[in-house]
Amino acid sequence: MQFKMFCAILTITSTYRLLGFYTLKNMDGRRILLEFVLLIFLPFVFAILVPFAYKYIKGIHTGWFVLLVPLVLFGYYLSFIPLTMDGGHAISEIKWIPTLGIAFTSYIDGLSLLFTLLITGIGSLVVLYSIFYMDKKKENLGSFYVYLLLFMTAMLGVVQSDNTMTLYLFWELTSISSFLLIGYWYTRDKSRFGALKSMMITVFGGLMMLGGFILLSIMGDTFSIRELIAQAPELVNHPYFTLALILILLGAFTKSAQFPFYIWLPDAMEAPTPVSAYLHSATMVKAGIYLVARFTPIFGTSSTWIWLVTGIGLLTLFWGSFFAVKQTDLKAILAFSTVSQLGLIMSLLGAGAISYHTTEAMFAFATYAAIFHLINHATFKGGLFMIAGIIDHETGTRDIRKLGGLMSIMPLSFTVALIGSLSMAGLPPFNGFLSKEMFLESMVALQHFELFQFDTWGILFPIVAWVASVFTFTYSLYFVLKTFLGQGKVDQLPKRPHEAPIGMLVAPVILASLVIIIFFIPNVLGKWVIKPAVMAVQPTLYGSPADINIHVSAWHGFDSVGLWLTVAIVIIGSLLYLTIPKWQPLYKIQPAKLSLNEGYDALMRGSEKGMNRLSRAFMTGLIRTYLLYMFAFLSVTVIAVLFIKDAFVVDMNSFAAITLYGALNAVILLLSIGFVVFAKSRLAAIIALGGVGYSVALFFVIFKAPDLALTQLVIETVSVALFLLAFKHLPALNEHGETKKNKVVNLIISLSVGVMVTLVALSSHSQKLIPSISQYYKDTVATEAGGGNIVNVILVDYRGFDTLFEIAVLAIAGIAVLGMIRLRVSRKETTDENK
Amino acid sequence: MELLLAILIGILFTAAVYLILSRSLLKVILGTSLLSHGAHLLILTMGGLGGSAPPVLIDGVTDFADPLPQALILTAIVISFGVTAVILVMAYRMYSVHKTDNMNELRGNDEHD
Repeated sequence: MQFKMFCAILTITSTYRLLGFYTLKNMDGRRILLEFVLLIFLPFVFAILVPFAYKYIKGIHTGWFVLLVPLVLFGYYLSFIPLTMDGGHAISEIKWIPTLGIAFTSYIDGLSLLFTLLITGIGSLVVLYSIFYMDKKKENLGSFYVYLLLFMTAMLGVVQSDNTMTLYLFWELTSISSFLLIGYWYTRDKSRFGALKSMMITVFGGLMMLGGFILLSIMGDTFSIRELIAQAPELVNHPYFTLALILILLGAFTKSAQFPFYIWLPDAMEAPTPVSAYLHSATMVKAGIYLVARFTPIFGTSSTWIWLVTGIGLLTLFWGSFFAVKQTDLKAILAFSTVSQLGLIMSLLGAGAISYHTTEAMFAFATYAAIFHLINHATFKGGLFMIAGIIDHETGTRDIRKLGGLMSIMPLSFTVALIGSLSMAGLPPFNGFLSKEMFLESMVALQHFELFQFDTWGILFPIVAWVASVFTFTYSLYFVLKTFLGQGKVDQLPKRPHEAPIGMLVAPVILASLVIIIFFIPNVLGKWVIKPAVMAVQPTLYGSPADINIHVSAWHGFDSVGLWLTVAIVIIGSLLYLTIPKWQPLYKIQPAKLSLNEGYDALMRGSEKGMNRLSRAFMTGLIRTYLLYMFAFLSVTVIAVLFIKDAFVVDMNSFAAITLYGALNAVILLLSIGFVVFAKSRLAAIIALGGVGYSVALFFVIFKAPDLALTQLVIETVSVALFLLAFKHLPALNEHGETKKNKVVNLIISLSVGVMVTLVALSSHSQKLIPSISQYYKDTVATEAGGGNIVNVILVDYRGFDTLFEIAVLAIAGIAVLGMIRLRVSRKETTDENK
Repeated sequence: MELLLAILIGILFTAAVYLILSRSLLKVILGTSLLSHGAHLLILTMGGLGGSAPPVLIDGVTDFADPLPQALILTAIVISFGVTAVILVMAYRMYSVHKTDNMNELRGNDEHD
C-alpha cells in the first residue's frame, strides 16, 4: 500500500517535470513560467485520446481518465497564487499569425487566475459527479467527455487570452461546445431546439463582440488587451469608443444571459445535469462577467458603461428572481435563479466602475462584492444543480408539483440543498449572506452618488435590489421546501426514491462545505484571490492588492443598513412564500404572446418566411426576369456614373467625315435590323440577319479592314447556312402569348441599353488619354516580324497566343456540337418526356 | 462618321436586347447574333474610324487604319461564330427533347426547389 502511494507521488511529480514547468525569474524578480500557454490546450489534446479510452478500456468509466486533466491543472494553477497575491502577473506567448499580431497569449493576473481556478476546480467536481451520473452502458461517454474537454480548453482560453482575436476564437469555441453539450441527447426535439437557440443568441453576441474588438484594434492599433488598457485615457475620446463599448457589452450580455438575451438559458436546461452545473451556472455564463470585468479599465470611466451595466444587471436580477417562482421544473427554477444572480454580479461590476469618479470607498467595495459573489454563486449553484440532478436521477422526475417529502428518504441531499438554498437566499452562516449584504450596501450607496444623474434616479437602485432579494429568498425556499418537505407522493413517482450513491454526493458535499467554510474565512479568500482580482479590474486605483482596504465581517453591529434590510427580506420573503397560491395568478397578467420567448420564435419564423417570400418574389425561374434585372442594372448604373462623374464628352472635331457609301450602308443596316425584329416568318428573319452581317462586312470594307471584311463575309455565309439547317428543325416564330405590357417593358429596357452603348461609344472615342500602341506595330512590322499585313502579323506573331486559344475555342465548339448531336442519354430523355 | 456609327450601334444593341427578352427561343438566338455584330462595330468605332489606307505596308503610305482593333475583332468574330454554332445545336437538341421553344415553359424543374 505504502509502495503504491510512493509510486503515485513519484508519477505526479515527474509528470510536472516532464510538462516542462521549469521556473525562472526575470529582471524584476518575478517568476516567469515557460510556455504555460500550452496548458490551455491540455484538455484539447487529451480530448483526442478520450474516444480510444472509451472504446478499448470498457471496464473503467471514461470519466476517471478525464478527471486527471482538471485536477492536474487545478493543482498547477494554485501555484500562481503567491505571484498574483503580490500584484504580479505571468505571461506566456506562442505566435500564431505574427504578421497580423495575432498570438496565443496567456496572461495570468488575479482575475484570470480566479476564473481559471473556478474552471478547473468546479470542472474536477463536475467530472467526478458525472462519473456517477452518466451511465457507462447507456450513454455515449466518448463524445460527452470530448465535448466537455473541448469546452474546458475554450474556457481557459477565454479567461487567459490577452489577445482579443484569440479571445474571440476561444469565445466562439465555448459557444460551439456548449451547443454540442446541450444537444447531447440529440434524439430529443427539445434538446435540439435548446441547442440551436443558445447557439443563435450567443453567436450573435459573439459576432457583435468581434466587431467591438476590431473597432478597439483600430482605435489602439493593437490586439493586446494590456496595451489597450495602457492607452485607455486616449481611447475615451475616440469617435468609435461608444460603439465599441456597446458591441462588446452585447457580447457579454448574450453570453451571461442578461435581459433580454437570457431566454436561451432556461432552454439550455435540456443538457445533462453535470453540463448545466458546469456550463450554465459556474463557468460559461460567467464569461460575460469576465469580459465586463476585463474591459472595465478601458470603458469603466464612461457613464454609458456604468448606466448600462448597472441598469441591465439590476433589471435582469429582478426579472430572473420574479419569474423563478413561476417555474415548476427544478432546473428551470435554477436557470432563472442563475439569470438573476448573474444580473446581481453585473450590477455590482457596474457600480464598481463608479470608483473611477469618486474616492468613496463604497464603490471599490462593489467590485469586491461582485468577485466575492461570483465565487459564492459558483459554489452554491453548482451544488444545487447537482442535487437537482440527483433528485431527477433517483425519482425520475424534476417536476416540483410531483415532488415532496423527500427529506427523510434523502437526508444528505436535503442537507446539501438546504445549505445551498439558504446561501442563495442570503442567510448566515453561509457565504451568500456576506456577499448579499455587501450587495445591498453598495446599492444603497449608489443613490448618494452625484454624477450622471444618479442622485435623481439612484433611489430606484436599492429598491429594485431589495425587491429582487425578497423574491430570491422566496424562490430559494420554494426550491428546497417544496421538494423535500410536505406530504410525500412517493408512491406516484416514476422510480422508487432512495438516497443517491455516495460517489454522486461527494462533489455537492464538497461544494456545500465550501459554502460554509467561506463564510467563516472570507478574508483569507479575500487576500489570496479576491483582492488580486479586484486589482486586475481596477489597476489604476491601487498599487498592490494589499492597498485594498476591505475587511469582510459577518457582523457590522445594529446600525448597519444591510442587517435590517436582510431582516426585512426574511420576513417579507417568508410571508410571500406562505402565500404563493394567492399571488401566483399575477403571472397570468403577462399574455403568453408578449413573452420574450414568443418574440424570439416569431423572429425566427418571421425571418424564415420573409426570406422565403422575398426570394420567391424575385427568383421567378424565368430567364427573361433575370435578364431584365441585369440589363436594367447595367444601363442604369453606367448612365448614372457617366453623368454623376461628368464623364460624357463629345468631341466633334475628332470625328471622321461622313462618306456617301457609309451613309448608304447605314441605311441598309438599319433596314435589315428592322426586318430581323419585325419579321413574321423565320426565313425572312434569317435572311435579314444575313443582311445585317453583309452590311457589317461592307462597313469593314469602308473602314479599310480587308481581312475583317473577308472573314465576316465567309462566316456570315456559313452562319446563315447553319441557321437555316437548325431552323429546319425548329418551330415557326411564335409570340407565345406575349402581352403588350411585357413588350413595352422590354422596349424601355432595350432602349436604355442602346442609349447607354451609344453614350459610352461616343465619350470613349472623344477622350483618348494616351496614344494608341499601334504605332509600334506599324513601325516594326517589317523589320521585326518580316511581314506586310499588319493585322495578320499581330494575329500570328505579336499576339499569337490569342489565336492559339481562339483555335481551341473552335475545336471545343466543334466537339460540343458533335457531342450534342451524337450522344443520347436515351433513358433520361424518355423519362423527361413522360413528365 | 463616328456619331453615325455610335447611333447605329445603339440601335443594334436595342434590337438585340429586345429580341433576347422575348419568349421565342429563335428570337433570343437572333438577338445574340445582332449583339455580337454590335460589339464588333463598337470596338472598331472606339478605335477611331480615320485612316485612309488598310493596314498593309505599301511604299509611300503612312496613314493606316488602326490594326489592333481589327485583330481583336477578327478573333471575336471567330469566337462568336463558334458560340453561335453551339447555341444553335443546343436549341435544336432542346426542342427535340422538350418539344417547346417558349422560354416561359423552360423554367427548370419545381421538384428540385
